[in-house]
Amino acid sequence: MTAMLEMRNVSKSFAGVQALRDVNFQVEAGQIHALVGENGAGKSTLMKVLSGVYPHGSYEGTIIFEGEERRFRDINDSEALGIIIIHQELALIPLMSIAENIFLSHPPSKLGVIDRDEVYRRTRELLAQVGLKESPDTLITDLGVGKQQLVEIAKALSKRVRMLILDEPTASLNEADSAALLERLMTFREQGIGSILISHKLNEVAKVADHITVLRDGRTVDSIDCHAEPIQEDRIISSMVNRDLAHRFPERSAKIGEPVLDVENWSVYHPIHPERQVIKNVNFSVRRGEVVGIAGLMGAGRTEFAMSLFGRSWGTTISGSLRLEGREMVLPSVAAAIDAGLAYVTEDRKQLGLILADDVRKNITLASLDQIAPRRVIDDIAELKVASDYRSRMRIRCSDVYQETGQLSGGNQQKVVLSKWLMTDPKVLILDEPTRGIDVGAKYEIYCIINELAEAGRGVVVISSEMPELLGICDRICVMNDGAFVGEFKGPEATQEKIMRAIMRNQRSNGSGVPEAAEMGGSQP
Amino acid sequence: MTDKTVSLSEERRHGSFIKNNLRNYGMLMSLIAIMLFFQVVTGGTLLQPLNLTNLVLQNSYIVIMALGMLLVIVTGHIDLSVGSVAGFIGAVAAVLMVIYKVDYTLAFIACLLVGAAIGAAQGYWVAYFKIPSFIVTLAGMLVFKGLALAVLQGQSLGPFPATFQKLSSGFIPELLPEAGTLHPTSMLIGAVLALGLVYTSAKGRSREQSHGIEVEPYAFFLGKSILLACAVLYFTYLIASHRGLPNVLVIMTALIALYGFVTRRTVIGRQIYAVGGNAKAASLSGIKTERLTFLTFVNMGVLAALAGLVFAARLNTATPKAGLGFELDVIAACFIGGASAYGGVGRVGGAVVGAMIMGVMNNGMSILGIGIDYQQVIKGLVLLGAVCIDVYNQRR
Repeated sequence: MTAMLEMRNVSKSFAGVQALRDVNFQVEAGQIHALVGENGAGKSTLMKVLSGVYPHGSYEGTIIFEGEERRFRDINDSEALGIIIIHQELALIPLMSIAENIFLSHPPSKLGVIDRDEVYRRTRELLAQVGLKESPDTLITDLGVGKQQLVEIAKALSKRVRMLILDEPTASLNEADSAALLERLMTFREQGIGSILISHKLNEVAKVADHITVLRDGRTVDSIDCHAEPIQEDRIISSMVNRDLAHRFPERSAKIGEPVLDVENWSVYHPIHPERQVIKNVNFSVRRGEVVGIAGLMGAGRTEFAMSLFGRSWGTTISGSLRLEGREMVLPSVAAAIDAGLAYVTEDRKQLGLILADDVRKNITLASLDQIAPRRVIDDIAELKVASDYRSRMRIRCSDVYQETGQLSGGNQQKVVLSKWLMTDPKVLILDEPTRGIDVGAKYEIYCIINELAEAGRGVVVISSEMPELLGICDRICVMNDGAFVGEFKGPEATQEKIMRAIMRNQRSNGSGVPEAAEMGGSQP
Repeated sequence: MTDKTVSLSEERRHGSFIKNNLRNYGMLMSLIAIMLFFQVVTGGTLLQPLNLTNLVLQNSYIVIMALGMLLVIVTGHIDLSVGSVAGFIGAVAAVLMVIYKVDYTLAFIACLLVGAAIGAAQGYWVAYFKIPSFIVTLAGMLVFKGLALAVLQGQSLGPFPATFQKLSSGFIPELLPEAGTLHPTSMLIGAVLALGLVYTSAKGRSREQSHGIEVEPYAFFLGKSILLACAVLYFTYLIASHRGLPNVLVIMTALIALYGFVTRRTVIGRQIYAVGGNAKAASLSGIKTERLTFLTFVNMGVLAALAGLVFAARLNTATPKAGLGFELDVIAACFIGGASAYGGVGRVGGAVVGAMIMGVMNNGMSILGIGIDYQQVIKGLVLLGAVCIDVYNQRR
């Protein structure tokens, strides 16, 4: 069988740094080919070479697509042949409708006037193909991330697509949406479309991939035919990081003390739709040295709950009592929350966590400038010392603390954010999706840091959509659905099935489907 | 840290040092090149003591407003009203001093307070109501242009009390016996300033070195210090051989030093840059973003008022047309000086250099007899060119 796509001996370097070395990569028609590797392994570079972002001549090696050698000058050349790439950051225009987005570049038209009937007819067809039951008129901003991802795929299908490249398509999706997306990929396989799936989620890869290629440091280190041999996650992980990862989660013996955070009867309303109660009179507590997980689907209200605790940074008409170390607290602002010993590490580190154009040092000290600024004047040497100290303690890989955080990898950026919050010396840390978009090696390091925090007697709350992660690191898991806690499990007794069952039972009793962010809190009990 | 990182940074040191400094000093070098160019083509008129003194007086109010505008731009906003506000304050000052015969210190303070109130009024809508600053200050531009006309009833008003005029046209008093045409007090201040600058930078460097921080190579440091000291001395020598240091130059220098310090070394300065860099992240780090934005507008109002007073004192009359188009020069100065239109980036030194580039070009082209029409064309192209170079440098 001849391959649909063959990349031979591809090498590419940037200013002396070798990003790809002699990579060989083949995809057959109707094959789902998973490309895995740590961040910085060269996956994105390889895809940019394939799609013409790096034009012919800027790399070495050859690309053969459908039997001919191709020399793409730019991304239009590759798109013309049906090679479509869907980036991790969605490229949809939020205030335009689904139909307008799908036919943004080449709307069907007569004499330059857009043919609306034709646009709607074809949009409906495409939406049916990706399994999306929305009106073509719906604005993108009213859709959840999962549905936006499907619109992006529909957009790809509106062009003649032969090969679909998906860069971490499920990174920000919940389990149900991820499953729906992966099912779509399987139907494309039947239509003879080749797919390249870049993903950090090995369970998904195992589920759908026909072939897996592992990249490390710009080289192909493993190639697995999934039909010929069973998929072993541990083998993939160890070839990705080149060390035997016997345990994906570090060992820990919890020493749990007295309660440090107690929340009672906490209730929050939506800031834009003040009649919607988003958090419904919940109780929650964390003890010293304890790691508590909050599980739930996207849109369950977990982030909203955490942010409303953190100085009322989300929501209106917030009521309920919040006690820290037994003392009743009123925290009207983020500054007050930080002073009281609360820290919240956001799920969106690029938009909400970091100032990407600023260096590592400034980002680390941003929330605790008082510590290094006697009389409001910054002592730059004290600042440098603190920053360098965190850099070595947290093993942040950067050239020096003056490097821009925007240039660091996801894992190292997350360590910078964690350093910032550790410097405030919090009693309770709330980590919202702390390992999203981070490679396996860096994840392990983040887990170790979480353990160290708990061992130092802090209370740690972890919000995560990856259930194995919660099961691996938490002493206790609370399950949230539709703004209320619907289940609680002690570490050893928790399983994915139990958590999922708690959510699903609640979903049925509410009579609502899978909640999307846009519909959040819409159904009242 | 390990030995490896040290040797790595050692290798990178010279290369990265030159690269960083090209970006920081690029505009300064352009300024020097422009000055040399006009010095040659005007046959030495540009740097004649009389002309240099005029150059300072003509541009002082632009520099003063550029300091405030830089902070506004760094937070990601813009203020289009500064020219109108400066004109309005000049009118208010004239009414107070000329018609009501209010004491000039009292009038001066009252005017600064009115400026602060104007800044607060505009900042309130921008910071707390989230109305785009472009719109709020566009409205302010119309309002205060109209109010200036109303206050002056369409007439020019003057002259100001003699002591008030000294704000712009006065020179520091001479305490030492004069030596020919040279003013020794001014020369002495210049020498102290030059020594002080070299001393503080040497001290800072050795302090950093003693803590094992990477510092610029010694040759660079020495060359830079000598150049800086010579430039300051030569400049004061020229100024001192006319009528000594103008009062307004002293005010301007003090303000530049103050704002340079605030932006680089204080908590509030750091927080202003954080707000411009990523307002959401800053607010989730406990920074009161609204209040800071509000304060930058209050500060801008005060500086616009000061500039209005300086300008009125210089003309010795308040006219309804005063301040017309100043906002464009001020904003251009900030962008030529490397501030980013997206916020979070910009330096006080850059804005000052940007203002001086505009000033030298105005002055030089006027000496050459180039009409006001082509002066505008050339200034517009320089603004575009400067920002293009900056964008190109950042992409590299």
